[in-house]
Amino acid sequence: MIKLFLSVASIGAFIFLIVSCGGATSKPTNTTSLKKTDVIRNYADLVLASYQDALSKASALKNAIDEFVANPTEATHLAAKNAWLEARIPYGQTEAFRFYEGPIDNPDTGPEGFLNSWPMDEGHIDYVIGNENGINIINNPSDYPIISQDVLEDVNENGGEKNISVGYHAIEFLLWGQDVSSTSAGARSYTDFVEGASGTNENQARRKQYLAICATALVEHLTYLVNEWSEGNSANYRTSFLALNENAALLKIITGIEVLSFGELASERMNVALVNHDQEDEHSCFSDNTNIDILMNAKGISNVILGKYADGDQITHGDTKLSLYELLKTINSTKAEILKEKVTNTLAVIALIQAPFDQEISQANPEGNARVKAGIDALQELNELITDTKIELGLE
Amino acid sequence: MPINHQVFLQVVYISIVFLFCSCGKSDNSLNLLLSSEKGEEFSGGIATSTDFSEKAFSKPFSTLSSDQRLQFELGDSFFTNAWVEAPASATVRDGLGPFFNANSCAACHVQDGRGKPPQFFLEKPISLLFRLSIPGETLTGAPKDDPNYGGQLNPFALDSLEGEADISITYETIIGQYDDGLTYELQKPIYTFLNFKYGQPSSDLMFSPRVAPANFGMGLLELIPESTILALQDIEDINGDGISGKANYVYDIISGTKKIGRFGWKANQPSILQQVSGAFLGDIGITSSVFTNENISEAQSSALVLPNGGTPELSQEALDAVVFYTQTLAVPKRRDWDKTNIIEGKKIFNEINCAACHNQKFVTSEFAEVLSLSKQTIYPYTDLLLHDMGNDLADNRPDFEANGKEWRTPPLWGIGLQKKVNDHTFFMHDGRARNLEEAILWHGGEAEASKKKFKSLSLADRQKIISFLESL
Repeated sequence: MIKLFLSVASIGAFIFLIVSCGGATSKPTNTTSLKKTDVIRNYADLVLASYQDALSKASALKNAIDEFVANPTEATHLAAKNAWLEARIPYGQTEAFRFYEGPIDNPDTGPEGFLNSWPMDEGHIDYVIGNENGINIINNPSDYPIISQDVLEDVNENGGEKNISVGYHAIEFLLWGQDVSSTSAGARSYTDFVEGASGTNENQARRKQYLAICATALVEHLTYLVNEWSEGNSANYRTSFLALNENAALLKIITGIEVLSFGELASERMNVALVNHDQEDEHSCFSDNTNIDILMNAKGISNVILGKYADGDQITHGDTKLSLYELLKTINSTKAEILKEKVTNTLAVIALIQAPFDQEISQANPEGNARVKAGIDALQELNELITDTKIELGLE
Repeated sequence: MPINHQVFLQVVYISIVFLFCSCGKSDNSLNLLLSSEKGEEFSGGIATSTDFSEKAFSKPFSTLSSDQRLQFELGDSFFTNAWVEAPASATVRDGLGPFFNANSCAACHVQDGRGKPPQFFLEKPISLLFRLSIPGETLTGAPKDDPNYGGQLNPFALDSLEGEADISITYETIIGQYDDGLTYELQKPIYTFLNFKYGQPSSDLMFSPRVAPANFGMGLLELIPESTILALQDIEDINGDGISGKANYVYDIISGTKKIGRFGWKANQPSILQQVSGAFLGDIGITSSVFTNENISEAQSSALVLPNGGTPELSQEALDAVVFYTQTLAVPKRRDWDKTNIIEGKKIFNEINCAACHNQKFVTSEFAEVLSLSKQTIYPYTDLLLHDMGNDLADNRPDFEANGKEWRTPPLWGIGLQKKVNDHTFFMHDGRARNLEEAILWHGGEAEASKKKFKSLSLADRQKIISFLESL
């Protein structure tokens, strides 16, 4: 029996060797040795640069909102709305750093829900058409005598899932108002923030207070994320992330873009909206900025694969020589090129989706539907390549 | 003699094959009596998941096509995202309440796992609900609603209304003793309703506390052939083992006929479709094509004037997707199934007759739409039948054919991962057991004999059963 076992073992080993040899033929000929730790460090750098940019644009948004509430005019209102649109560009790209319980969505401490909570329970924040007598924070001083960050961040857990009424989309709702038009975004007037006789709707002072607090909270939460990814802090996430086993860190990096590409972006944000054909089943439904949200999410995936981040001033952070793509190239150059081509192509396909997204998903717009579907298909194919990259790198 | 000789040779041959197969296993390759069963680690058939993280109950079948994956994710979206008060811009996601237990499916079935009872006094229960009824039954055989509060207590309501009532839960300690002299403590919940907001309920109100069960593997349970389930019945206990087992027959709204019940703590739902639609309405206040009317009683007329989220509130596409999602949530694979102490634990589990109700294995029916649900050998450890579980567990509230002492055998697959996924080990219909050991000790009625045998086991053997359960 021992003899039999030995022969089985040797056959097994022999087969194993053959298989391994087969795998080795695709090894590239280049001799540069790219270390996994360098790729991981470069990733941490681009995460930091991305959050720094998101913070900088959020701070600009806060300044614009402070000016608007101090002096609500059509011009300051427009400036605040433009600052919001600018702020969404970097933030959308940072969503590639979610889904592995990093600082952004750690189950205990992650501020994701305070930043990007969706769908917005807007009837809980301010008046909405069709429920003028509903209870909402701005218009019910007796139920909500004080509007503070603490109050806004934990008022609405009615029924389990936190339905938080702060973050980018709360600000969006307060700036734009409900989008009841099929051709344009929400059309809230700046006069909703003007106190006195020329103001519209009641409780303008409380509305201003609500908006200003949301802007302050946004800056606070993004500052936290920047701190968690900053260098030189032995107690922050970056330090523990860089100390991880390198395969564990790579698995997190790839899991982030794997989940974002399919489960979150292709499915939740695009296909669900497309299947529902619902005008407002879209993330930035008040401002009609959803097509940019989608493109920026895809850009975030591309950033991680190509190892770089270009901020709003077109300054590039990160070293493309230390990218996931380059790492994959050291193992399977063919697959690396396919991955690079697919992510580039996916961005191009998604860029064709037109604004407003709510019309692109309308049942009456088959061309628009097809553009969205092409984006979904591209992301799905990209997702498969990302999953395969995990296997190529020996992470699963 | 020649026949015996042949048998002997076959045994030798089988032994050789066995050793051959198990040469990679570490600790039991020479123990012929205690081997794991071939394939038993794949609890959910071919699509069994190997994810053992906190997402262990949330994985789609790995075998789904691209379109099916999109359908699964669509369902996940409506299962997980919170519903909001109507009207909201997200019109497909508005219509919460007006009365509700939770604002999303996932609020109770956290990470597709099991809920738990409130953790502090007067905490509003989210993942523990209370079914209500009064004596008698409706034309369809269903329990009769309370006139003021309907068939389920909703502790939450929209801001302009008040939740239906508060619930006080206190615990009475029950002390017991194993045959080896070691003692144990169980906590028996005592429920009191307080602060009814819409008048008094009927004086003969009956209620049944039920915790949200895990929701993976349901597509496979739905495909266990009815004949197989019925063959496990022993209503008159003809085999004399003290265990009867009977199928519940419940009203199927789609066909308008009685069908065998498979889901819920009393097997009172015939299909995933009806289970899902019923939970959307009863738990979240979301109407669908199956249940078209909001749960609002005459005493709650102030709620009638509130805007709703559409007629129905849940689109057919979304309902179909959530049903598909529930069908195709994968069952996690077993861990350490081939370790000696686990195999021994399983052997004792069988010896003390736990498996008489927690039936190990089934083969599912053919199902063309999703091949990995079709003709699968699965290991759920349930018979889907009703059993008298004794006075201590009784809710004394009938539910179709189930009397006030009967409960459906819940599947045991995945329970070893509950701690990881849900960060608690509460079990039984209302979460009263604080761990698996207490869950066993709560068994009574038809399971009394098995429990007595469990209590007579050595500490080491009791631990082996627990280890076996944790491997599921």
